Amino acid sequence: MLITCPYCGPRDVIEYTYQGDGNRERPDPASQNFEAWNAYVYDRLNPAGDHNEIWQHSGGCRAHLRVVRNTLTHEISSVAFASGDHHAPAARRKAEDKP
Amino acid sequence: MSPRRTDIGGRIDRLKTIRFTFDGVAYTGHAGDTLASALLAKGVTLFGRSFKYHRPRGVLTAGVEEPNALVTVLKGEVREPNLPATMVEIHDGLVAVSQNRFPSLAWDVNAINQLGGKILSAGFYYKTFMGPVFGPLKGTRFWMFCEHFIRRAAGLGRAGSAKDPARYERMNAFCDVLVVGSGPAGMMAAKAAADQGARVILADLEPRFGGSANWSGETIDGAAATDWVRRTVVQLEARDNVRLLPRTTVWGYYDNNTLAALERVSDHKEQPAKGEPRHRYWAIRAKSVVIAAGAFERPLVFPGNDRPGVMLAHAAERYANEFGVLPGERIALFTNNDSAYRAALALKKAGAAIVAIADVRPEISGEMHKLAMEAEAEVLAGHAVVATEGGKALSGLKVQRFDMVTGALSGDARSIHADCLLMSGGWSPTIHLASQAGARAEWNAARQAFLPPKPTPNSALQRWIGAGAFNGSFSTIEAIAEGRAAGLAAAGGTAAPAALPTVEPAPGNPDPAPVFEIKAKGKAFVDFQHDVTSEDVRLAHREGFVSVEHLKRYTTLGMATDQGKSSNVPGLSIMAEALGKPIPEVGTTRFRPPFAPVSIGSLAAERFGDLKPERLTPMHDWHTANGATMYSAGLWYRPMIYGLSGETIEQAYVREARATRESAGIVDVSTLGKIAVQGPDAAQFLDRVYTNMFSTLAVGKARYGLMLREDGFAFDDGTTWRLGEQDFLMTTTTANAGKVMQHLEYFLDVIWPDLRVHVTSVTDEWAGAAIGGPKARAILASCVTGTAVDNAALPFMGIVHGEIAGASVMICRLSFSGEMAFEVYSGAGHGTHVWEALIEAGKPFGLVTYGLEALGTMRIEKGHVTGAEIDGRTTARDLHLDWMLSKKKPFIGSAMMDREGLVASDRLELVGLIALDNRPLNGGAHIVEELDEANPHGSIGHITACCYSPALGKHIALALVKGGKARHGSRAHVSDPLRNRFGPVEIVSNHFYDPEGTRMHG
Ligand SMILES: [Zn+2]
Repeated sequence: MLITCPYCGPRDVIEYTYQGDGNRERPDPASQNFEAWNAYVYDRLNPAGDHNEIWQHSGGCRAHLRVVRNTLTHEISSVAFASGDHHAPAARRKAEDKP
Repeated sequence: MSPRRTDIGGRIDRLKTIRFTFDGVAYTGHAGDTLASALLAKGVTLFGRSFKYHRPRGVLTAGVEEPNALVTVLKGEVREPNLPATMVEIHDGLVAVSQNRFPSLAWDVNAINQLGGKILSAGFYYKTFMGPVFGPLKGTRFWMFCEHFIRRAAGLGRAGSAKDPARYERMNAFCDVLVVGSGPAGMMAAKAAADQGARVILADLEPRFGGSANWSGETIDGAAATDWVRRTVVQLEARDNVRLLPRTTVWGYYDNNTLAALERVSDHKEQPAKGEPRHRYWAIRAKSVVIAAGAFERPLVFPGNDRPGVMLAHAAERYANEFGVLPGERIALFTNNDSAYRAALALKKAGAAIVAIADVRPEISGEMHKLAMEAEAEVLAGHAVVATEGGKALSGLKVQRFDMVTGALSGDARSIHADCLLMSGGWSPTIHLASQAGARAEWNAARQAFLPPKPTPNSALQRWIGAGAFNGSFSTIEAIAEGRAAGLAAAGGTAAPAALPTVEPAPGNPDPAPVFEIKAKGKAFVDFQHDVTSEDVRLAHREGFVSVEHLKRYTTLGMATDQGKSSNVPGLSIMAEALGKPIPEVGTTRFRPPFAPVSIGSLAAERFGDLKPERLTPMHDWHTANGATMYSAGLWYRPMIYGLSGETIEQAYVREARATRESAGIVDVSTLGKIAVQGPDAAQFLDRVYTNMFSTLAVGKARYGLMLREDGFAFDDGTTWRLGEQDFLMTTTTANAGKVMQHLEYFLDVIWPDLRVHVTSVTDEWAGAAIGGPKARAILASCVTGTAVDNAALPFMGIVHGEIAGASVMICRLSFSGEMAFEVYSGAGHGTHVWEALIEAGKPFGLVTYGLEALGTMRIEKGHVTGAEIDGRTTARDLHLDWMLSKKKPFIGSAMMDREGLVASDRLELVGLIALDNRPLNGGAHIVEELDEANPHGSIGHITACCYSPALGKHIALALVKGGKARHGSRAHVSDPLRNRFGPVEIVSNHFYDPEGTRMHG
């Protein structure tokens, strides 16, 4: 399986660490809604098809990536920095900008 | 020349004689021979004994699909079993032996199994050995009784136990186009793609490129096909964008067009060249793949079809044309299609007599009659072979009139004298790789074969294009055209087509008659390697096995090392008939990697033995030079004790711990995880990560912190130092350094990307030494310059910067041992220098070095927790760390830590234990209220850490015990049946020593 890191380019899956379901929504830190916390910590979708996942490029730039992967075919339809626009553009150049 | 070797022709070198042995008998062959061709040339017909019935078996094929002629090759003490003799290239000194026979191949005592065929039928093992035990020797118990004998009698070659001295290696390769198979289709594809400038890899599992061109006898571009192959290979070799991989089996097709291949680099050599591996595992990432893997000829299923001397038609053609070997002198053929006629003519031309061609079809085309006439063969249209005769070699066969529509036999059986019978059941494309890539094969009624589907265009995961016989296009003309088109398409080329190489059209129809089985009396084999007969398939059906996957497992059809390469379609057709369904409704099985057996060594390649990297602290060499016994802790090596001569481990750590508490001790703490947490929001981030406050921490001070997981359980602890307003140095436990780093990165990246914080692992940047004891401050005062270290300058949890022996150091006053203690950090490069300066300064004060054992002893005496207690199941409350849970802010885990299960009163809590019998305790031992040595039960907890405490003069332990604090002062027992340690203990507070902390506060 190849994951195309927006910073490093296409890399083998062995360079990455799976960091869990990307659909988890963390409740507001001060929230006392126990159901919401429980769902966040324990409930998983496990779909047969496209799945929103977090992968860390732990053997590379160490960025966390939001990856949409088809659990039936391993086809990856999108990869983006999990941090969204916050860190990526400023701190990290794109792969094609590399000297 | 031996009687069966032709004088001319073939691609062997008759001038080069090679000597080898088979079953201890010396033979000679020629360069270019396989073990099979060399032995056939010497008239050897018997190659092995079959799996279940020990029937004599010869060579069925000439390639990788060989199910019968499996041999073991011996290299010194190393034995490699189950190699097809058709794939073993001979070399001087080759030692091969046959398999599955006792005491010898010719005289096999287990051949008696042939008479017991009824007993060893489908499902024999399941029926005989499964299920309840009724008598003394039934069912499973009967299996246990018989296993030894059956395992010896049934089976394949024996694996060796000698260590394999061969070297294996792994290569990663990248290309635009991988071409699998080098027949005319693959050749054309590789050339077309290479002409487009694409980076091409051409792999073929045979030692010679060319595939069918090596034995078809055809002409391409006006020259012998073999010459065309030679020319094309020379052209490809000259290009630097082409890599040629002969002897390379592409065996796996994985995601993203990653393919696995095995190159047999030096099996064919007497000695590998210097540095040459035996096998090379290729991981190939190809932009596209051209599958030109050809097709396998299928056997026909009729009684006695497994007798030595019965062979596939093309295999014989190949032995004659490629190896110059005649498999027989009087040859008969049995076919359901036209391709056998060309084989007949080839063998005639090579010098054999063709006695008859039995064809199941009532009508034979004029073209085929012409070929038969040229071969001087009698054509028996509408006939079938119903029996074969002979023992270890074929002596004759019987044919009868056959009605293809009803399957009925009629008339008298006629005997034909022949020493070789060639059969052809048509051809099955080698769809394995496409099937692995997820393609669903489609049944083609005309070809009576499963063909690969049209490839899905532009699939990002699997991009392949088929060509030639793989597509069911069995003629060389089609192969050449499809090969070039595939090569062009794979390379993304659009070049205007130049003229194709010319090939004379070969006569013959590619479509066979839909007949695979002749039902007559006697064993007719479908799967030769696993000894599965047509009757076994029908029996399985009668017993209710209707799914193709179930049938496979029950009969073991297609489950041998050849994975049913030749038996697949005949097996399905028999099953389809039994089910009364057409073949496509019965379905084919999905092929999985590997296509052919793969050496385990090649998969491991260089990765064997001790693979762990070693992490050494900057002071490692000093420790080993100064008497330390090193201990591996995760990847780290740390001093366990610095033993004096004659000391036991316990004596050493007791001495070290006692000296530390009496004067001073120093320990290497460089392994602690260290993470720089920096940025405007660093303090806020730490408030969210730790259960306690860090934003209130003053610059120049440190604080002990506790982290929880999101689910509310304890995760890690350590001190974090505020070096500047926006600059923190976090320390973690040695074991969790990586996990904590990943945890912080996750939250910064995924949950709180708005926080302006940077985390950097600096574990390896710092050397750390912890120096503690009543004299510790005096030692520091004597060697630290640039700062005072008294109580005012360096209060508890204070940080100062200074120098030791000219090297910058950072000193924090904190204590794990419970003594007045300091952690001295310097740059890793100065670690040993600073360490030695501290040792020197400590000499007048009686400073000792201490290791992990003494460190552990002092922490147990103090009741501090480590990974043994923060084991993923304990909460902050369980460990009496609830005082660290801030109520002023949310933090990771705060929402989940108060769940009812986590605050229950019967949870395991941290306590101290004192052995009342004054004997050592053991980690992992259970704690019980009532001792019952005969029937241990009623655990209320377990020991997490234990030691002899020099401070208390007792054997003590930390434990997690139900109810915890409420049991302080009460008695219980350790119950450790594994180590036979039982005895009374007193449950006490985990703070054994100096609970008020007066010593460390000074
Ligand atoms: Zn990356």
